[in-house]
Amino acid sequence: MVINLFSWVKRLFKKKKAKIGIYGPPNAGKTTLANRIVRDWSGDAMGPVSHIPHETRRARRREDVIIEANGTTVMLDIIDTPGLATKIDFHGFMACGMEEEEAKRRAKEATEGVIEAVKWLEDLDGVILVMDATEDPFTQVNVTVIGNMEARNLPLVIAANKIDMQKASPARIRGAFPQHPTVPISALEGINTDQLYKEIAKRFG
Amino acid sequence: MSQNKNNSQTNIQLDFISESKLAQMAPMEKIRMVLDEVRSGKIIVLERGLAPDEEAKLIEMTMTEITPDEFSGIEIESYPTEQNTSFLRKILGKTTTKTRLTVIGPADHLKTIKKDRDMITAIVTK
Repeated sequence: MVINLFSWVKRLFKKKKAKIGIYGPPNAGKTTLANRIVRDWSGDAMGPVSHIPHETRRARRREDVIIEANGTTVMLDIIDTPGLATKIDFHGFMACGMEEEEAKRRAKEATEGVIEAVKWLEDLDGVILVMDATEDPFTQVNVTVIGNMEARNLPLVIAANKIDMQKASPARIRGAFPQHPTVPISALEGINTDQLYKEIAKRFG
Repeated sequence: MSQNKNNSQTNIQLDFISESKLAQMAPMEKIRMVLDEVRSGKIIVLERGLAPDEEAKLIEMTMTEITPDEFSGIEIESYPTEQNTSFLRKILGKTTTKTRLTVIGPADHLKTIKKDRDMITAIVTK
């Protein structure tokens, strides 16, 4: 009993808290991953997902998500950020079936979301960078996020998402950024997320 | 769009900016210069690129200037940064980030076709 209490107190004080941003280009699966993590560890969800880009246009924060893996317990504040982009054209939303007014409003909100995501970069302890493993990894968004983390010596884990799709090539991502840990996952199907949690505990713990 | 009419041919101006010129400029000066030039239709090639925080700031400022039917943003392509992790720097715990060549242009006129660690293939349209 005394030993159990001692180990519980020890574990409690071993918990570390880190503010982690989930970043990536639009439609990489950031909110799907955020939902997966939060559901797995607190039984809740963070936000809606959609095939239309820029569904998340406001950063969402979930505090005190406790992840246990590899014998390490980490307490995270998870920030699901809007997709980063260097261009936003409302015509792209119209091509997804939106009326002009709605498309323009969504484009305006999307630009504000990108600004919010960039501002969050300055206030984080680490980043989970979500890349679509079916796409070319050398996008400017990926290069900019990685550059910012490296310049500030902050930890970064790459989630090579959508490995449930036939075209996926996590090896291409690993080859592009060999200096950072890359975990192939499917946030939608929950494939290999245990490995991601181990990496999160290792890097952010 | 900065296009010079020359015997019915329309040209697009490319500005190549040296590392030494960039080194003399404050971060906000660089960002303002890049945005002004790109908004006037030019393609800018920066010999040594922008620092990662300057790139992030450029994205942020670009977003504030996007206007429907007028300016939809920028196409920016740079090679991934390189880390200077020499033995001495590792011992001292100091690594420096080396930025590399960067191409920036209006999103509706510059399109990247393919990019890898050491090569960028892009097309410029009028």
